[in-house]
Amino acid sequence: MEALDIFATASLWSAVLRIATPLIFGTLGALICERAGVLNLGIEGIMTLGAMVAWMTVYQGGNLWIGLLVAALCGGLFGLLHALLTVPLGLSQHVTGLGITLFASSLTYYVYRLSLPVTSSPPTIEPFQPLAIPGLSDIPFFGEAFFTQTAPTYLALFTVLLTAYLLARTPLGLAIRMTGENPHAVEAQGLNPVRIRIGAIVAGSALMALGGAFLTTATFNSFFPTMVQGRGWVCIALVVFASWRPGKALLGALLFALFDAYQLRLQHVIESAIPYQLFLMVPYVLSIVALVVMSRRAKVPQALMAPYRKGER
Amino acid sequence: MRLERRTQSSLALLLAAPIIAIVIALALSGGLIALAGVNPLDAYAAMVKGAFGSRLSISETLTRTTPLILTGLAAAVAFRARLWNIGGEGQLYAGALVAAWLGHNMAARLPTPLAIILIMLAGMLAGALLLLGPVLLRLRLGVDEVVTTLILNFIVLLFVSMMIEGPLKDPLAFGWPQSVPVDSDVMLPKLLSRSRLHIGLIIAILAAFVIWIVQSRTVFGMETKAAGLNTKAASFAGIKLGRTLLGVACISGGMAGLAGAIEVTGLKGYVTLDLSPGYGYSGIVVAMLAALHPVGVVITALFVAIVFVGADAMSRALGVPSFIADVIVSISLLTMLVSLLFTTYRVRR
Repeated sequence: MEALDIFATASLWSAVLRIATPLIFGTLGALICERAGVLNLGIEGIMTLGAMVAWMTVYQGGNLWIGLLVAALCGGLFGLLHALLTVPLGLSQHVTGLGITLFASSLTYYVYRLSLPVTSSPPTIEPFQPLAIPGLSDIPFFGEAFFTQTAPTYLALFTVLLTAYLLARTPLGLAIRMTGENPHAVEAQGLNPVRIRIGAIVAGSALMALGGAFLTTATFNSFFPTMVQGRGWVCIALVVFASWRPGKALLGALLFALFDAYQLRLQHVIESAIPYQLFLMVPYVLSIVALVVMSRRAKVPQALMAPYRKGER
Repeated sequence: MRLERRTQSSLALLLAAPIIAIVIALALSGGLIALAGVNPLDAYAAMVKGAFGSRLSISETLTRTTPLILTGLAAAVAFRARLWNIGGEGQLYAGALVAAWLGHNMAARLPTPLAIILIMLAGMLAGALLLLGPVLLRLRLGVDEVVTTLILNFIVLLFVSMMIEGPLKDPLAFGWPQSVPVDSDVMLPKLLSRSRLHIGLIIAILAAFVIWIVQSRTVFGMETKAAGLNTKAASFAGIKLGRTLLGVACISGGMAGLAGAIEVTGLKGYVTLDLSPGYGYSGIVVAMLAALHPVGVVITALFVAIVFVGADAMSRALGVPSFIADVIVSISLLTMLVSLLFTTYRVRR
């Protein structure tokens, strides 16, 4: 098979959506936090936590959707911790976020190890099965590529629409955006920027946890440490690439997933001289390139990373 | 209720802050230990015994302290100038890889002390160069260095994996991905016989004092502080921000790279992918617990090392998962951030 023929296979495009799903959730989550003016570097840890919690819920006999719900709740809880530390207390968002990541992932590993004895291969669950959309999934090529995904993938695409609508067209969205641009103006409008920021971080973190949960309930069927593999950091880069817009975030996640899915298949086509690590580097290198290319024209929320204290400028 | 800036913060308060933070972190982690069905006090006693109980355990704790001092310094130096270098882990591996390569190929051609010094310098250079990229991107194009340094960690780890399975692979390692070994001549001398403790500890402590003197006694040190406190005021005062940050990056990346070079030439003798159990990330905690003070870093690195070595022993004895060490350390970071806040702010009704 030639390297270019890969693009003509439906399985590639199907994989693109599958790989993009956790990135879509994560990027939207980070985007909502940043639109309200707070950088959430807790994302990597919150995704790890979401992955374990959802898996564990299902492993203990819970429904897959209950698993996702529990993951979102736990993610929201850690978001609340990040919010309390960075918004009312105004601590450094960089260091707090990293602290949340270290805390969430170490707690995740601890609880996982505590609940299950050490085994050579991790226990598995029955994950989400592909859901063929009646009618659309019968279309040749496109049906297999885009309309036989698992249910959470459709949920992710719907969340993009919802977030875009919420941010651009509702009073709540306006308030969130204004809090990210100028919290003092929000205060002058009689709204409470502290509460808006806390709410946005909790909601965003819940989405991040869903992204992690997708990994253990759909992509794979088990949990293992370090499985998030820097996807959270990639999401932070994608937010910049998307210039803080949900639609472009979807585009970025899909583009990124396309490269990732392509390099996986390309590895099998040209097995010879090129070390596989070079292929694995591609997604990481790309996210740095995306940052470099886009950061000049990116429309950064003006109050991003500026702590808000009432009456203090 | 609101926060009000203190007019001055007393030394006692500054010294109490990390202690209070650690006590609260231990109390919270105690709850998690109790979840495992073990009395937290027994667990902590086992940890102290595991870290100090014998000559061997003390030497192990000090061996573990060495890289933590260096990665702690890497974070402390950078954060003081508001340069968010989160790439300590990658810089450590860069230094380690260069040290293994030089130590394998060059040892026989040079007198031993010269070879060791050269390896240390090369390790520092590798770490520094790795950080210069993200810093230049920030200065020239305004790219946030947090994300670039974080992502570089993954790229470097893949690169190391490629090297130790490729050009630097040890053909005698039975197929294990492991780098060629460093020549035994250039291994760092032991500090204590019949132990793994090596003179890297002395090098790390010396580095802390040198950095302390540079920070408190030189123009460059003052410039880095000014750049961190208020960028605009600093550039108004004629400080060249770019040059200062590049200098900071060289020291910060250099320290992390040195940590890698010392782990290879002092302890392991070769590079594997589990050379560092997250020293780069733990370094951030070490630096924050020390409130970014270079000499404080030596003490907080010791604390973190005690937690890690102690937790391993405690885990073997009582069956509490050793991940509890990471939990204790990460909670300490969060509680320290809060208690540091109260050294500069007070609560007013």
